Amino acid sequence: MSTTDRRPALAVGTEEPGQPVEGRSPWRLAWDRLRHDRVAVVCAVFIGLLVLVAVLAEPISMLVGYGPTQQDRTGGITTDGLPTPPSPHHLLGTDNLGRDILVRIVYGSQVSLLVGVGAAVAAVVIGVVVGLCAGYLGPAVDTVLARLMDVVLSFPFLLFAIALVTVAGPSELIEIAVIAFFSWAAVGRIVRGQTLAIREKEYVEAARSLGAGDVRIMFVDVLPNLVAPVIVYTTLLIPVSIVFEATLSYLGVGIIPPTPSWGNMISDSQNFYQVAWWFLVFPGLALVLTTLAFNLLGDSVRDALDPRTEFRGR
Amino acid sequence: MREESEVDDPDVLLRVAGVVKHFPIRQGIVVKHQIGSVRAVDGVSLEVRRGETLGIVGETGCGKSTLARCMTRLHPLTAGTVTFDGQDITNLTRRRLRPVRREIQMIFQDPYGSLNPRRRVGSIIGDPFAIHGLADGLERKRRVQELMELVGLNPEHYNRFPAEFSGGQRQRIGVARALALRPKLIVCDEPVSALDVSIQAQIINLLAGLQGEFGLTYVFIAHDLSVVEHVSDRVAVMYLGKVVELADAAGLYGHPRHPYSAALLSAASVPDPDLADRRERIILTGDVPSPVDPPAGCRFHPRCPKARDRCAAEEPGLVVRAADPPAHLTACHFPVEAGENLARA
Repeated sequence: MSTTDRRPALAVGTEEPGQPVEGRSPWRLAWDRLRHDRVAVVCAVFIGLLVLVAVLAEPISMLVGYGPTQQDRTGGITTDGLPTPPSPHHLLGTDNLGRDILVRIVYGSQVSLLVGVGAAVAAVVIGVVVGLCAGYLGPAVDTVLARLMDVVLSFPFLLFAIALVTVAGPSELIEIAVIAFFSWAAVGRIVRGQTLAIREKEYVEAARSLGAGDVRIMFVDVLPNLVAPVIVYTTLLIPVSIVFEATLSYLGVGIIPPTPSWGNMISDSQNFYQVAWWFLVFPGLALVLTTLAFNLLGDSVRDALDPRTEFRGR
Repeated sequence: MREESEVDDPDVLLRVAGVVKHFPIRQGIVVKHQIGSVRAVDGVSLEVRRGETLGIVGETGCGKSTLARCMTRLHPLTAGTVTFDGQDITNLTRRRLRPVRREIQMIFQDPYGSLNPRRRVGSIIGDPFAIHGLADGLERKRRVQELMELVGLNPEHYNRFPAEFSGGQRQRIGVARALALRPKLIVCDEPVSALDVSIQAQIINLLAGLQGEFGLTYVFIAHDLSVVEHVSDRVAVMYLGKVVELADAAGLYGHPRHPYSAALLSAASVPDPDLADRRERIILTGDVPSPVDPPAGCRFHPRCPKARDRCAAEEPGLVVRAADPPAHLTACHFPVEAGENLARA
């Protein structure tokens, strides 16, 4: 760590003129590392573009000239009733009902991002609060909450998810709730473990000796030390939630057709991919690339926040 | 309102009476049951007078830090009472304890562990104001910067993180935080043992200066005898959860009466090499017994060069022995006599 005890009175004057030694916060260091990570930048740009596409879905569909559920009966379907391949009219081809796949993918990204990010954020918020309480509030609370997390984690989630959505009726909100319900426990466990370690730190004891209450210690003293793992886990949870959403839609318990989502597009393509590869490949590619981008970004964020990583930037 | 106590001496700021702190050792996976306890502090009674510095010395594991945490009510007591400023604070609820927390502050041993690495220095020093709702915004910033200046830190470093400071500067941050609410009592738990020797002196002088300026009372815990001798008015020597000797600093260092104090003092480093060569050290045999199962009778008897049968059977009380001045208490049946050489015993 630091070596010398600089005399405070001298500290200002001794810094080199014109080139002040600027202290960089841990966040600043992580940000600098991330900025110089080429993979992270590419992934972030991809995700940024995806968000832009999702937000601008309507203008894009107007530009292309077809709505997401609009059937092009003249040029979008062959005389045999089969999808048409990519052409200047339909850049990524059409599906079995003559709907433009590009427009449907664009609209599907709205669902994927909304449900994926929404579920991940909801899961992290629940997980952090429960994990903090379990880790900080002592053995009695811990026993109850830790068992609860074990129970949630031991659910056969796909089975329960299908059952829950069936009972509650499919909608985006229900989908978010279901995905969050099956994801928060993993976050909770990580946060609980970290909290158990941090609550024994001397600075927590110092806060108690100052008269700080439990809630203040949990959120002011413990939480800032958990931000790094929580950020990493959130970025890694988003792709998982996106895939989860696609799975539910694929199984027909997610987004109700005709509203497009990547999952139900892949599902629709099942009977046609032998004659219309574009019908399966493009929605699948959208899903794979998005998941990959979030996963790689998550890895980069983890590396950047890890103080042991060497800073290789300029 | 004042609580009743046997001797309500207004000169006494903090009194601990018969303080016992046992940490249970539990075993079992589902149903835990207690199989024993670590007797970290086992019946300590002390008084801290207004304006004085009470030093507490002893080896690692003798219960000094646990005692400090009992004094500040960071640990609940197993038995005994803590009286602060005439008020019994032993069983106060957390809410009733809050005003007391303003009066008793603590400085911790580890200047790295006691500052939250993710928070800025200004926010750390401003914590006491935030917790007790005393100052906000610009006012808080002004008072924090005043404190930083008071302890010899550059107030412009308000927005830095603890990692940007050296060990000595970090300990100054800890001092500033403890001082923020102008407490009456500061319990210093080995405040300098983690620092370089050259910086130890700076921090000790800072603490001494602040004591004069604000009329503070210190409980000063250390394992370095020379540091304690320098700062303390009175010194308590602890061994295995008990106080074995309590006297004013000059009396204890001039003529230790308990064989353990004598051995401890003989092991202290002396700056003069000639003197160090001539001096004979009392070498104790064996290790410190486990506080889970302390020896019967006098806890020091298995290692004591003067131990006799009585020591194993009967626990000595902490009382004035023979011709000692009334403030010199020793828990020993056969205290060290003047001129006695324990090294050859």
